[in-house]
Amino acid sequence: MAATLKLEIFTPEAVAYRDDVEMVLLPAELGEMGVYPMHVPLMTRINPGELAVTKNGEVVYLAIGEGFAEITQTNVRVLVDMAIEERFIDEKAVEEAIERAQKDIREALQGSQEVAATQVALMKSMAQLKVRRRRYTPSAK
Amino acid sequence: MAANTRDIRRRIKSVKNTAQITKAMQMVAASKMRKAQMAALASRPYAQELSRLLLPFASMEFDHESGGQPLLQNRKGGRDLVLLVSTDKGLCGALNTNLLREVSHFDPETTDFVCVGKKGLQFLARAKRTVLAEFHLKDNFSFFDAQAVAKFCLDRFLEGHVNRVTVLYSHYVNTLTQNPSQRVVVPVQSFDVGHAELGRDDAPSDTAVKAEVPEYILEPNQMDFLNSLLPHFVFYKIFHIILESRASEHSARMVAMKNATDNAKQIIKDLTLEYNKIRQASITTEILEIATAQMILS
Repeated sequence: MAATLKLEIFTPEAVAYRDDVEMVLLPAELGEMGVYPMHVPLMTRINPGELAVTKNGEVVYLAIGEGFAEITQTNVRVLVDMAIEERFIDEKAVEEAIERAQKDIREALQGSQEVAATQVALMKSMAQLKVRRRRYTPSAK
Repeated sequence: MAANTRDIRRRIKSVKNTAQITKAMQMVAASKMRKAQMAALASRPYAQELSRLLLPFASMEFDHESGGQPLLQNRKGGRDLVLLVSTDKGLCGALNTNLLREVSHFDPETTDFVCVGKKGLQFLARAKRTVLAEFHLKDNFSFFDAQAVAKFCLDRFLEGHVNRVTVLYSHYVNTLTQNPSQRVVVPVQSFDVGHAELGRDDAPSDTAVKAEVPEYILEPNQMDFLNSLLPHFVFYKIFHIILESRASEHSARMVAMKNATDNAKQIIKDLTLEYNKIRQASITTEILEIATAQMILS
């Protein structure tokens, strides 16, 4: 029996992913971690970045935001404020968002609270772009 | 006489136009209400998962006076921060009036306000209250927008400017009823995600979730984990409250517009009756005049 993990990714807006998978690669707080079935129960913080899912030998990448993961022997539940599958990332829109965010921060037109929020947005956009670029530009790793 | 009928005709026409507009607004509000409800429902799995994550901490004892958890600190006295969630637009019945009446319960001397929605801001400006910030309500209010609002409030609390953060919003009971209510979100008093009627369906109850709590390893460590989990909990709570208040807004508007449409229809009916009466009267007089004239002639 091929052991599988039930991976669920929740965002406040929707359930972004729900499937049985073989392996999950998470951008955990203390470094990237790969999770196979029968992992020891664990909760960890997650940094914005790239999450890789292996299912039937194929790998799917998702760009994810800040959040948490709960890992049990049979389940991985990921709780993040953003999760987008690689193929849904709109590179151009993301680039524009990054530009806008950088401009806002440079000019610091907004109140301090909004600068902080913009920085988070920037980090998330960067994560999306990274996932996207990695797959499609030969120069990238 | 002729001028009178023309007047009435004109009025019927204008009332008809009004009825068309209110009818259209009713439809729009109905579809927006459904969307707002769907959004609240969609966030439900996230909420359940969040309360799962908090479960291991629920039984822990915290030192509420000082302690290492700033968001759990119960500080006495001091200033209040009220996050007032109103609507951007009017035409939603007594929703905002009821909500804004609650503002008077807060002492103007020791209360700062943060506004979501223009109506609240306008009211507070008139009432000369202290408003620290104002956030816009967008049609598709995302978690990210809520985060910006929540972060602002949390920062005030963490920097010690205020000792409590209360949210004042329109609680959604059902399509016909929305109650103004207030909820203290900071300091965090319970780990209950507080899912209101909006998201209620036949999902598994809390007891099913509580059944198994394995021993977890927490990374980086227990306190750090809780430290970052708590703000998220507050973000989510505020996000959910704003979603709920949007659902309230749209259902209140839908009901108000439905009443307006019904009233307009009634007025059209009355006016048409009036119009027909006058028309009939004028025809009768004309016939009478002709008959009289004929009688005189013959």
